[in-house]
Amino acid sequence: MAILEVHNIEKHFGPTRVLEDISFALEKGQALAIIGSSGSGKTTLLRCLNFLETPDKGRIVVGGETLFDAEGPNSRKEQDIRRKRLHFGLVFQSFNLFPQYTALQNVTLASQLLAKERPDFKQNKKQIFAQIEEEGRELLERMGLANRAGHYPSQLSGGQQQRVAIARALALKPDILCFDEPTSALDPELTGEVLKVIRGLADQHTTMIIVTHEMAFARDVADQVMFMDRGLIVEQGPARQVIENPREERTRQFLARYH
Amino acid sequence: MFWTTPEFPVVVKALNEGFLVTLQLFFVTIIGAVPLGLIISFGSMSRWAPLRRPVRWALARKGRKPGRVAKALSAFRPISLICRLVVWAIRGTPLILQIIALFYVPGMLDLFTWGGGESSRFAAVAVAFIINYACYFSEIYRGGIQSVPVGQQEAGQVLGMTRTQIFFKVTLLQMIKRIVPPMSNEIITLVKDTSLARAISLKEVIWVAESFMKGNQGISGLLWPLFFVAVYYLVFSGVVTLLLGRLEKKLAYFQ
Repeated sequence: MAILEVHNIEKHFGPTRVLEDISFALEKGQALAIIGSSGSGKTTLLRCLNFLETPDKGRIVVGGETLFDAEGPNSRKEQDIRRKRLHFGLVFQSFNLFPQYTALQNVTLASQLLAKERPDFKQNKKQIFAQIEEEGRELLERMGLANRAGHYPSQLSGGQQQRVAIARALALKPDILCFDEPTSALDPELTGEVLKVIRGLADQHTTMIIVTHEMAFARDVADQVMFMDRGLIVEQGPARQVIENPREERTRQFLARYH
Repeated sequence: MFWTTPEFPVVVKALNEGFLVTLQLFFVTIIGAVPLGLIISFGSMSRWAPLRRPVRWALARKGRKPGRVAKALSAFRPISLICRLVVWAIRGTPLILQIIALFYVPGMLDLFTWGGGESSRFAAVAVAFIINYACYFSEIYRGGIQSVPVGQQEAGQVLGMTRTQIFFKVTLLQMIKRIVPPMSNEIITLVKDTSLARAISLKEVIWVAESFMKGNQGISGLLWPLFFVAVYYLVFSGVVTLLLGRLEKKLAYFQ
């Protein structure tokens, strides 16, 4: 069964329709790459999944549980939205690391705050925090940043910052990890190290949705590729097929510019 | 020179007492205005629009599109409006006028009187200063909060933080870092603005200095105490500048 089902999502900004009838499913352990030109709605789709935007229509189902239904009663309570958000992780284009915290603190902050809500927090505070720090260090190590744990974001390169941001998103163990053009803010030299990390996650069967302009990367790393244009899904299929043999004329036109 | 005259120790002793009142007013204002300013800035930024839902509901029932009136009603944000009006009135009138008004008007309207003693004068002046400075601070805070990139807040949101946690753990320190320079400016101004309290004869340091011109403890016609007071202000604002500069340096560890 699909871990994520998106049904007929529609989103307007004022009179502009940004997303129209978006439906797709994602299997656990698979990576979906979303490609398309700027303004095609890719980012808005990710933001809807992460509850940063509220769709006007449609449903979002994760692991059989309906998280959002535009028709149904939707709790706007912060508590409920927070709980739903934790199914997703989001890595931003511009990293959005917290500048006043070290790399390690960036990774552990949210876990520490969540731990405070555990009933056994008061008795086991020390062990809980020690464990969170341990996990944070392990994550940074996986990102190849073991020796950067104590650095502040301003002391790190863009690629390192983005890898910290990936570790931060992974720390909460989301069901689905979303990437919003993770390498668009990086110069080509730094792009590689971030893509390598994402490739590693794909090899470990992390369920991911990656909005990207790196076509070769999408082809090699993603299982599925989805091409969006003007708020619509134009084409979706196995990565290699969509990138190398697109069925739709519009997809072909778009890809032609990348070759 | 004036410091060899027999009046010198008498005057300095009196000036010291006056400066103590100045200092008290300064610190009371800071303690009151720093948090009150935050409340006002949140009020100004409040997006609470009680008419939005009823208007939308009424329009939906009639199946009409929102017109100019409906849009204006939906955009009516009473808390924000009141706060911005207060800030406008306070920033738009002289502080000296506010002090005088706050001290005399309640009595004129038979609401209450502050009483005549030194402590009640101090209370009235302190309230006027706190309100006035809170309004100026609130605008600095607002600028500070709004200058923190929205991505910071969103990063907190996707990490499952509550709004309160995002404010205290993510936004606040970045905001403080940004507001230290403009706040320093305002606080230095406050050091000197305290002298406006003599409008209702609060015995702060300038009032005391002037008294030796008019006649105090058998001394009159002295001009130097007034200029000598500048030393007090210079030393104190120097200390404040150093402390705030140190805070600025302390926050320089991140960008």
